[in-house]
Amino acid sequence: MPLDANTPDLRTEFKSVGTRPNRPDGVDKVTGRARFGADFALPGQLTGLILRSPHAHAKIKSIDTSAAEALPGVKAVITYKDIPEQEGCDKDVLVNIMARGTALYDGHAVAAVAAVDASVARKALKLIKVDYKVLKHVTDVDEAMKPDAPVLHPGRFEPVDFSTLENAAHVSGKEERKTATRAHSNIAGRYVFGHGDPDKGFKQADIIVEHEFKTEATHQGYIEPHACTASVSSDGMAELWVCTQGPFMVRDVCASLLGMDVSRLRVTPSEIGGGFGGKTTVFIEPVALALSRKAGKPVKVVMSRSEVFRATGPTSSASMWVKIGAKKDGTFVAADAVLKYQGGAFPGSPVEMGAMCAFACYDLKNVRIVGYDVVTNRPKQAAYRAPGAPMSAFAVEGVIGEIADKLGIDAIDIRLKNAAKEGTVSSYGPTFGPVGLVETLEAAKAHKNYKVKLGKNQGRGVASGFWFNFAGNTCVSINLNVDGTLALALGTVDIGGSRASMCLMAAEELGISYEDVRAIIADTSSLGYNDISEGSRVTFSSGLATIKAVRDLKVKMCGRAAKIWGIPEDAVKWENGAAHPAGSNAGNFPPLSIKEIAAQASATGGPLAGHYEINAEGAGPSFATHVCDVEVDPDTGAMKVLRYLVVQDAGKAIHPSYVEGQFQGGAVQGIGWVLNEEYFYGKDGTLQNAGFLDYRIPVCSDVPMIDTVIVEVPNPGHPYGVRGVGETSIVPPLACVANAVSDAIGVRARTLPMSPPKVLAALEGVAASKA
Amino acid sequence: MLKVKLGGTLVNKAGGRTEFEVEGANIMQMLRNLGRTCPELEPMLQKGVSVAVDGQIYRDAMLQPLGPENEIILLPRMAGG
Repeated sequence: MPLDANTPDLRTEFKSVGTRPNRPDGVDKVTGRARFGADFALPGQLTGLILRSPHAHAKIKSIDTSAAEALPGVKAVITYKDIPEQEGCDKDVLVNIMARGTALYDGHAVAAVAAVDASVARKALKLIKVDYKVLKHVTDVDEAMKPDAPVLHPGRFEPVDFSTLENAAHVSGKEERKTATRAHSNIAGRYVFGHGDPDKGFKQADIIVEHEFKTEATHQGYIEPHACTASVSSDGMAELWVCTQGPFMVRDVCASLLGMDVSRLRVTPSEIGGGFGGKTTVFIEPVALALSRKAGKPVKVVMSRSEVFRATGPTSSASMWVKIGAKKDGTFVAADAVLKYQGGAFPGSPVEMGAMCAFACYDLKNVRIVGYDVVTNRPKQAAYRAPGAPMSAFAVEGVIGEIADKLGIDAIDIRLKNAAKEGTVSSYGPTFGPVGLVETLEAAKAHKNYKVKLGKNQGRGVASGFWFNFAGNTCVSINLNVDGTLALALGTVDIGGSRASMCLMAAEELGISYEDVRAIIADTSSLGYNDISEGSRVTFSSGLATIKAVRDLKVKMCGRAAKIWGIPEDAVKWENGAAHPAGSNAGNFPPLSIKEIAAQASATGGPLAGHYEINAEGAGPSFATHVCDVEVDPDTGAMKVLRYLVVQDAGKAIHPSYVEGQFQGGAVQGIGWVLNEEYFYGKDGTLQNAGFLDYRIPVCSDVPMIDTVIVEVPNPGHPYGVRGVGETSIVPPLACVANAVSDAIGVRARTLPMSPPKVLAALEGVAASKA
Repeated sequence: MLKVKLGGTLVNKAGGRTEFEVEGANIMQMLRNLGRTCPELEPMLQKGVSVAVDGQIYRDAMLQPLGPENEIILLPRMAGG
């Protein structure tokens, strides 16, 4: 078949791909017609509310729901007893959605009600009597690792000899400790990556810089709170409408937790008002289904903003130590790091990925990273854009910035000297294929921002970052309509403009107009399983499946043309939106356009559709380099970001505006992380700033226009060269801004956020030391 | 014979051993034989791991062919945001 013979393995010439058409969901979103999680309504639906623990750590001695159940208008009250443990379910998720015996953090769900309206539901919550015995709590990762810390899960983790735990003083030989083995601890895991001999490497160094760093937990800050509507009928069939990044994940996890056959639950994803990783698990969904099952009516649950902060998953807070040795010419000879991440009340902090990403930008012969996964009395962490990587990059890139300063080497030059490239054995093990870090560094150095002269109290920072990018299970269908337009059914929720990108790739492959392809996000009963929209995988994986589904359709359309012309199928080729005879020997027939083939579909064999399912692999990693200029007010400590540049390798930008939007969004979220955002806990372990008034995310007036440069080093694993772009852009900003502040005022920030009081205190400390 | 290197938690579970030689024509066979060679790894392998083959990370593609010429590194199961 000439069709595929004419399709190169890696396409480089495009007509539709690389253009910037309007987004298909744009009108609905700016006019308010788009339906988000809380917009679904069913006749007779009830309002579901959740009672949450007011304590950071408490034994639940008893729960009395009788008064709530007796309140008129209350249709169901549930506790953990209504969601019994099922064989094979994820126990941590089960305990997180509803406490079982112990409340493990402020905001942990304890009971839930479904009532005729919100007023009755609120009254019912107040009537539920919970008898708590308050326990000692711990919310700080370093405190949680001490031998005498309150233990969240006695006996769950392996015994720990605390004298062997690595920290800065210990690794540097400044601290001697006696054996202190404890059978119970909060340390869920210890992980080691690296190669070579760092101790030997440091002996070759002309300069060694080492420091400790801390970052606070931050929330993804999505504007749309979690919301869902569940309807379970008396025959056990169930439907769920929900804002999520992974409807298939929601279906399978809920079915597992509630003991349902997967086929009995249909999940329809809504439009999503931001996710950034925070909507890759379940919180309220199984609770809404359990309430609906008990009440026999549909139940809607919508989180308040306070609940979002207290009871969903922020990212980890981290305590880190990093040491790097270099020669006078800037060549790194050894690197060492200890990373301690708390992941809330359950194991699973992203410390392993933080460890793998920490030094991934650099070609290091001697490198070691030790990571600790620690539990604390905080909500179970969830993914947040490049989970784990921004924190470790903050520490590593900060040390590199200081080395460059001390050696008098340009911040980009020292990174170029040590940059990972094709053939580099990465610090986490594998050898890199074609990657684009060097190209991002060169583009950053050539950018006009890097040449702007700085004024008083102004400084410039540079940082690079890495993310793996993922692929995964994907299933796509494309249906040819009678008029020659196409309906593209995708199973990956559109969290970053993927519908437009898929339409562009389908149009490119078919040689038709972008406007002739319309994409929808299908429900879980309409397509085969699709993995979550996470890990920067959607444009890569769904794009790959879309291209293959279109190729499947093209084969079928060429077959119809062959039948119409009465020639062999392999004598037909597809070009510019039409079937053509493959050569003069095939016959002299005028081309049959896609519209003509569609109009005759019924008469020539029936509907035409393409389909493809794949567990996609081959997502290429992505690197970025950021450059930031700041100005610091020495009287107040307030900081203004003057200029911010993101340079990142996208492989191939399908819709450049969306790619730039991802770059800008990641940078702004990173700026918020470094300057203002933090989970602030009181002495009683309760969250003190569970709202956007007290948890300050950046607004437009806080940031300049984020400048972007798209570097395109094609990924050989994708027919168009695509790499994921959604996550790498949040990796460098923490260090980039911190390095800029250091350049401006000579104060190195090693504890985030760098809020004005902290900057001012540091400035006063410098002034006092000079006095 | 395949040379399989371990990373992260897997090294702890394997008692500090970082490299194994096992038979296998694809990832599924390699993991099965690795579990037999080092039973301590079996729970982790059952839970799911990522496999880097010549720098390319595979999370689920159990039928990916492998040969002695491949660089094979087992990594923790990864997730994104």
